Amino acid sequence: MNSLAPFIMILPLLGFVTVLVGGRRLGERGVGIVATGAVGLSFVAAVASFVVLLHDANREVTVTLFTWFTVDTLHVPAAVLVDPLSITMCLFVTGISTLIHLYSTAYMAGEKDYRKFFLYLNLFVFSMLTLVLANNLVLTFVGWEGVGVCSYWLVSFYFDRDAAASAGKKAFVYNRVGDIGLLIAMFLLFTHTHTLNYLGVFSATSMLSPTVATLVVLALLLAATGKSAQIPLFNWLPDAMEGPTPVSALIHAATMVTAGVYLLVRMSPVLALSSSGRLTIAIIGGLTAFVAATIATAQKDIKKVLAFSTVSQIGYMVLAVGVGAYGAAIFLMVSHAFFKALLFLGSGSVIHSLGGEQDMRRMGGLARWLPLTFPTFLIGWLTISGVPPFAGFWSKGDVLTNVFAHNKPLWVLGVVTAVLTAYYMSRLFILTFRGHERFREVTHHHDPHESPLVMTAPLVILAGLSVVGGLLDLPWAHGFSLTHFLSPTFGFVAPTAVQSTALQTGLAIVDIAAAAIGLFAAFTIWRSTVESATFEKAFFERVWRWDDAYDALLGRPLTRVAHVSSEVVEDRVIDAAVEGLGGSVRRSGEGIRKLQSGLVRQYALAMVLGVTVIVVYLVGRVR
Amino acid sequence: MTIPVSWYLVLAAVLFGIGAFGVLTRRSALIMFMCIELMLNAVNLTFVTFARTLSDIGGQTTVFFIMVVAAAEVTVGLGIVVAVFRRRASTSVDELSELQG
Repeated sequence: MNSLAPFIMILPLLGFVTVLVGGRRLGERGVGIVATGAVGLSFVAAVASFVVLLHDANREVTVTLFTWFTVDTLHVPAAVLVDPLSITMCLFVTGISTLIHLYSTAYMAGEKDYRKFFLYLNLFVFSMLTLVLANNLVLTFVGWEGVGVCSYWLVSFYFDRDAAASAGKKAFVYNRVGDIGLLIAMFLLFTHTHTLNYLGVFSATSMLSPTVATLVVLALLLAATGKSAQIPLFNWLPDAMEGPTPVSALIHAATMVTAGVYLLVRMSPVLALSSSGRLTIAIIGGLTAFVAATIATAQKDIKKVLAFSTVSQIGYMVLAVGVGAYGAAIFLMVSHAFFKALLFLGSGSVIHSLGGEQDMRRMGGLARWLPLTFPTFLIGWLTISGVPPFAGFWSKGDVLTNVFAHNKPLWVLGVVTAVLTAYYMSRLFILTFRGHERFREVTHHHDPHESPLVMTAPLVILAGLSVVGGLLDLPWAHGFSLTHFLSPTFGFVAPTAVQSTALQTGLAIVDIAAAAIGLFAAFTIWRSTVESATFEKAFFERVWRWDDAYDALLGRPLTRVAHVSSEVVEDRVIDAAVEGLGGSVRRSGEGIRKLQSGLVRQYALAMVLGVTVIVVYLVGRVR
Repeated sequence: MTIPVSWYLVLAAVLFGIGAFGVLTRRSALIMFMCIELMLNAVNLTFVTFARTLSDIGGQTTVFFIMVVAAAEVTVGLGIVVAVFRRRASTSVDELSELQG
């Protein structure tokens, strides 16, 4: 039994409750310690559960806490499912979250809503862990929604700024569209398998006809596109940069965006039933990776580049899921968590040192001023660019090798994306750390200062992880790799096409070449200039006019419908009916009130007349 | 010699008519009260008449109820009339038409 596992998700909840109840008595320091400690202990619990699981012959342990509700045949317990997949997720979610919490204690120091920030942060981690550990779809949905609402609160943390408030709303609405997908998938699964328990569903997959399976997979894909920011619902993620930088790191690296990929991987036995569904997933992933990478090449805001880079990397993961390489998807997810958290926290450190400046055109030459941020960021840059021997090379290589085996056109797209990735990251790196110092105006001619140790320590740890992350799943270590550890969880593992060492080496060389081309291009173009009219195409900068398209296709027609509703339907139909009814009652009242003359004798006369009529009637009946 | 029942009934009807006419035509609240009493007693007379004729004690019982209610009504009513008279020095009901619609 693995009775420690529930503590992984309970501890952040305890932290949340303590900070909530403790209130102002805790003070800024106390809040930081409690919140960070809760997530840190959760990480310890995750490590302990992991060790227990390793020594357990049975690697699918369900720990039931209590029965949540039972309706007819639907039995929903609050139970956690501990298996290699969920424990892997827990390990990196809690680990990265701990570092981000630690970083936030310094980054958010002195903020007015410091306590509220950590409240949301703990709740966010709790929701994510609920999502990951739940043993049934209903409980996962609770975590899914919890993550959504926490992201709304955190993205619009500076809600007195219009941009932040509307970015929060945008994130929430886009997520809602995805949520419908998850709900539909749940309805379909329950109708056909009569259970929403993961293991129950997987053992009843034979009850799903191919059509239903495809529908379920597409619904799950819709859910994943919402939460994991894929085409067509990816626009919310870049806007979510309005939140504080640690939040961006948390959303992008540890929680939230990985949820969609996790859901797809978790439901892999259902995905196995629908090859057309998987192909759709792969295409969506590949397209998103490419489109987001092109957009990232033209952004001016350092965090926006990273945001589109996340969308692009998640696209890789979805692509991997689509070709059945679930192990590769999770491998990339874990290593991405390392280097994207590193890059975000690093960019936070840069922004912090410049007093809040995010525009790369007003950075440059920061290498000599940030002695710890610079080398760690350098490692992050090389890792995401796919330079060996860093983690990104191995994980991206793993994905691309699997894609090559299944779908050549998508592989080409993936390699082109790899070139673009190396290019835009190098552009970001050069504009930020090299070249002339263009920030003097922003800092009022002061020298930028390096961030405090609590902020740089997580950077160093994450940089270390980015360097060695590749060890998790080296192509030749078949027995002791992440994929091997995870594989019992996947209902369907794509038959690994016989890939000779020569072919693998060849593909690796292609990857390295892609990275090299990207780096070379960026260094040639951005060596001297800050603005390049030819490359900063407005089309890319405006996100392929995606928002404009939504505006034209959905926003404006809906606004028009709303106008018609408010001006024609509301004014001339509904109001007319309501006011007409009221008016007629009022007018008839005006007429009738004249009868109430106040003259007693008139009333008496009326009574006499009335009685007379009744008497006449009765007498008439007697006759 | 006994007086026929119809005489009583005719007398009651006449009394009732006088009372009703008074209520409808007179303006003074006091006179209207007297007329109402007249009407009530006309009804009482019919009740008693039929009670005797049909040998049914119910009619006479009802008369007692009517007398009690009438007494109570007069008490309250006269109280109101006195109160109104104190304020306005008049008992004309036509002037008391503030509660018109």
